[in-house]
Amino acid sequence: MALLSKKDANLILDPLADNNPITIQVLGICSALAITAELKASVVMAVSVMFVLAMGNVVISLMRNIIPSKIRIIVQLVVVATLVIIVDQVLKAFAYELSKTLSVFVGLIITNCIIMGRFEAFALGNGPWKSFLDGLGNAAGYGIILVIVGFFRELLGSGTLFGFKVLGDPVTKTGLYSIGYENNGFMIIPPAALIVVGIIIWVQRSRNRSLIEEA
Amino acid sequence: MIEHLELFFKSIFIDNMVFAVFLGMCSYLAVSKKVSTAVGLGAAVIFVLGVTVPLNWLLDQYLLKDGALVWLGPEYADYNLSFLSFILFIATIATMVQLVEIVVEKFSPSLYNSLGIFLPLIAVNCAILGGSLFMQAREIPNLGLALNYGVSSGIGWFLAILAIAAIREKIRYSNVPAPLRGLGITFIITGLMGIGFQSFGGMLTGDNEPPEEPTATTTAKAKEEKEIKKELEDEEKTVSYNEVINK
Repeated sequence: MALLSKKDANLILDPLADNNPITIQVLGICSALAITAELKASVVMAVSVMFVLAMGNVVISLMRNIIPSKIRIIVQLVVVATLVIIVDQVLKAFAYELSKTLSVFVGLIITNCIIMGRFEAFALGNGPWKSFLDGLGNAAGYGIILVIVGFFRELLGSGTLFGFKVLGDPVTKTGLYSIGYENNGFMIIPPAALIVVGIIIWVQRSRNRSLIEEA
Repeated sequence: MIEHLELFFKSIFIDNMVFAVFLGMCSYLAVSKKVSTAVGLGAAVIFVLGVTVPLNWLLDQYLLKDGALVWLGPEYADYNLSFLSFILFIATIATMVQLVEIVVEKFSPSLYNSLGIFLPLIAVNCAILGGSLFMQAREIPNLGLALNYGVSSGIGWFLAILAIAAIREKIRYSNVPAPLRGLGITFIITGLMGIGFQSFGGMLTGDNEPPEEPTATTTAKAKEEKEIKKELEDEEKTVSYNEVINK
């Protein structure tokens, strides 16, 4: 990290673990969980959010001195909506099948609370370069959780990763299936995502006791 | 009439905003600590969804859809502005929320006091934008159904937040493992409630129609069956291909 000073590096590294947007700040759960049944969709979603958040943070940070504070929410919404339209059109042009799977959830990046949260909390008070790093870091923290959830749900639910049959073929009973292993259909249904995230939170908080909430 | 009823129950129970598509999770988790605040936010969501979904339906129908501009004249029939829908929908929502807030404050201060603080929160609630986007994606055919869809998804969301708030008030007296306290246990409870709601999936399939949202096991089975079928078909194809070659 010779390129970045220690402070700048922390902007990226903090949100990955101890200040993770999903498990600690409780932001941006909305548009995320429904698409994590496959790893591929999770990765695409993570990259899209990273693009929108990093670019949006830079734009808002550049305009922070000229945005009247009364209408800042609308200005922020317009900036995000524009960036999301770009993402949506790119996905439709180059990955049409995937954009069908993601359906309305690409549009819902607009109301992803991570984005508004970072604009309000960081980009409005810091310079463009720092905001860019902050956006990158927070989107990466969000992406990590998405990828972890997607990994377990696809592996346990369908026995595949990125669509490759890593555990053998369930129909012709090869690989792990030949000794009686069965896919857990439970992991594919939407509520399983919530339970997986709950378990991730559990693991993280048992490792780092200072994060435990006072009930 | 029957389609109205069907859509109504479907949006509340089967396609529940929280349990089936995870919309509005942020405020759902943040504002569900007390039943009274949860009721306030839920009511505001029903109200705003009921206003914005029909409005956005009109926008979609007469401005955004492929060929929607044809009422301006036949030369506009080729325009497809649907790529603008995100920005227009969110602008409508943000403006409507502001407007509703001003109107309610003016005419009904008591309603404003109970609902008012939640209104600004709602502009960035995914359930609201999600309602409009699903309305567009599912191609709801007329204004009445759009209104119905908005209100009933709102009711579904209201039920969800009411239920979790009640559970969270009770769970305070239970001995939850320390790392799960607060957020973790809420996630897991929501997941369990979601599994419960999955059982409503067969509710509207009284006739001989195939179930619209089959449970996980049936999908897995159907998938396997499909794959086997496909393989069989492939075999048939190769067989017939060989026959053709032999001839």
